[in-house]
Amino acid sequence: MPDHLSLLLVVIPLIAAPVAAILPRGRLPWATALTVTSICFILAGMQLWAVVHDGVISYELGGWAPPWGIEYRIDAVNAFVALIVSGIAAITVPYALLSAEKEIPEHQIPHFYSAFLLCFTGLLGITQTGDIFNLFVFLEISSLSSYALISLGQKRQALTSAYQYLIMGTLGATFFLIGVGLIYSQTGTLNMMDLAERLPEVSGLNTVHTGFAFIMIGFALKLALFPLHLWLPNAYTYAPTVITVFLAATATKVALYVMLRVLFTVFPNGFISTIPTGDLFILSGMAGIIIASVYAIYQVDVKRLLAYSSVAQIGYMALGIGFASAMGVTATIIHLFNHALMKGALFMAVGAIIYRIGDCRMDNIQGLGRQMPWTFGAIVTGGLSLIGVPGTAGFISKWYLVLAALEQDAWILVAVILIGSLLAVIYMGRVIEALYFKPAAETNLAVKEAPILLLAPTWVLVFANIYFGLDTELTVGVAEHAAQVLGVAAK
Amino acid sequence: MDFFIGHYNYWIAIFLMMVGFYTVISRGNLVKKIIGLNIFQVSVFLLYISVSTVKGGAAPIITEGIELYSNPLPHVLILTAIVVGVATTALGLALVVRIKEAYGTIEEDEIHAQDHSL
Amino acid sequence: MTHNLILHVVSKTLIPLIIVFALYVQFHGDFGPGGGFQAGVIMSSAIILYALVFGLDVAEQVMPPTILRLLASLGVLIYAGVGVVTLFPGGNYLDYSVLADTQIAGQHLGILLVELGVGITVFSVMLIIFFAFAGRGRP
Repeated sequence: MPDHLSLLLVVIPLIAAPVAAILPRGRLPWATALTVTSICFILAGMQLWAVVHDGVISYELGGWAPPWGIEYRIDAVNAFVALIVSGIAAITVPYALLSAEKEIPEHQIPHFYSAFLLCFTGLLGITQTGDIFNLFVFLEISSLSSYALISLGQKRQALTSAYQYLIMGTLGATFFLIGVGLIYSQTGTLNMMDLAERLPEVSGLNTVHTGFAFIMIGFALKLALFPLHLWLPNAYTYAPTVITVFLAATATKVALYVMLRVLFTVFPNGFISTIPTGDLFILSGMAGIIIASVYAIYQVDVKRLLAYSSVAQIGYMALGIGFASAMGVTATIIHLFNHALMKGALFMAVGAIIYRIGDCRMDNIQGLGRQMPWTFGAIVTGGLSLIGVPGTAGFISKWYLVLAALEQDAWILVAVILIGSLLAVIYMGRVIEALYFKPAAETNLAVKEAPILLLAPTWVLVFANIYFGLDTELTVGVAEHAAQVLGVAAK
Repeated sequence: MDFFIGHYNYWIAIFLMMVGFYTVISRGNLVKKIIGLNIFQVSVFLLYISVSTVKGGAAPIITEGIELYSNPLPHVLILTAIVVGVATTALGLALVVRIKEAYGTIEEDEIHAQDHSL
Repeated sequence: MTHNLILHVVSKTLIPLIIVFALYVQFHGDFGPGGGFQAGVIMSSAIILYALVFGLDVAEQVMPPTILRLLASLGVLIYAGVGVVTLFPGGNYLDYSVLADTQIAGQHLGILLVELGVGITVFSVMLIIFFAFAGRGRP
């Protein structure tokens, strides 16, 4: 059983997905999803523990030895990302019970959980696999199910944004496929470790450079790296809230993990500087932080505001990659974890408001903070973490990012990071102003606090934000270990 | 000249790729976009298959007396990618049907106009 | 669909042949070109032809949507289930060698079962897609 740990993590949700689809309406599909995500969370925790203590896990599918067979290869990086994905899923599903019943037609509920589990399978599969084509397959499993999930939103714009995401996402995945094909044609292997061994010999070839560029652009689309982020605000705004929570906290993180893996493990060390990838990451990161934050300030829909803020936060992570230093990658991995916590908490709190009034436009939520104190508290704490106030998780990631920038004497970047935080103060301030300091609309006077089933998962994440802001041993320790495993040379 | 004729399979793949990509970008009709996406994907399948060919190699089915085979692995990969492509097309078209029911049109600019007039 | 004698007669002779060919492709797949994907599509084309000629309602009586949904899930479960079964004798996931006494017999049995799962799922999913699109405009 412990031998098959890393495999069960993918297979259990894979088996549960078709089962959930044929279960009768009612709460059985939800119970299945809850059981599966909790089991996976425990397994992912055991996996991370095993990896940190006993070293890399290699699992040969079908008993075929790598590089011929598909190998699941787990080190500290993927074990950590798998833990984030399954942890967020295990917290999202309890939240989904009420939220999904409210936002999704009853006859769609079994399919909703089935697609959710498939998406979960795909995301976990991406983190587990050590085969680059297998990664493409899992990417498409998670993408296709997330298009379907987004289209379940209540407004008709959900359909157009799902369609937009489908076109952009498929283009991204196909770009990735082209890149993999070009690299395969030069190396004759698809196993990541084997690629890492064979690529240095051919790394001067134009084909390899082209393939690398295709892979990067493909995943930049999936990651919604500025300026390829156009699908993200629509998709997050119109998707059912549960799906927004889940995708915001996991999908982009997994895409970022793939980038780290391709940049630092698969391609030879130093490849990032032979073509100016690092500079491009820094440039798009800077632009993303400033421009997306400014966009966020002008939004009237809180979900959309948070979506633009997500694009800005992805910019911070891109900065960390662009430094290509051990400190930068550590900062990226820490922020990857912390951003999942804060955006999860914020979207959940906004979902609680939507659960009560069916909307989250600025002029409709006025004064609700006084009637829903717990939800309001979650938004304030999440917002502080987003800004990066000391004592919250957001501070830790910004701190490491600033350290990484200082390491390279990049004072402009330090300024950009601080300006980004100031802009976050403004846009979160607008939400808090509307919620607390504006007089309540008469139609909203009867609104009560959200039910405990929505508040409990939200506050779990809020406490996690505070806890990981004070006790940094787990996050920083694992992230430093992960950066070391990725083989990023310290500068 | 050899550069063009010797790599003719790549030129065909690139031509199809650009046709598909241009269609996705330039057309406002949602169905045409999906057709473009399909052409784009198929060009990649072609790229993989043409790369797998070994000069003088037979089809990769074990037969007595034949020693040189084409590389079967890309065929298997592309079989998977084709299935993914079919699923994407089906999902995309299903979304277009729903969009048509919700908006009464499948032209992108008309959909935008309806959303902004609200 | 209006009554058309030629279409009816021709399709009634063709449909059994299509189904037999699908089964041939399905079970020939482990030592020649073929397999579950292709077989599933061919098999579903038989039913789609039936639906085109005799009407959607009749075809849905032959293949009720609820059964199709069960079949689609069943196929995935067969596939994943074979993998889980191989764990118990001590193999890795999808290591068919442990399924029978000899390695070759095990591989044979394993791929046959997995392809069966694939075939069932592809067959039913293709039909679900067809019925979903074709039946959309109905009152």
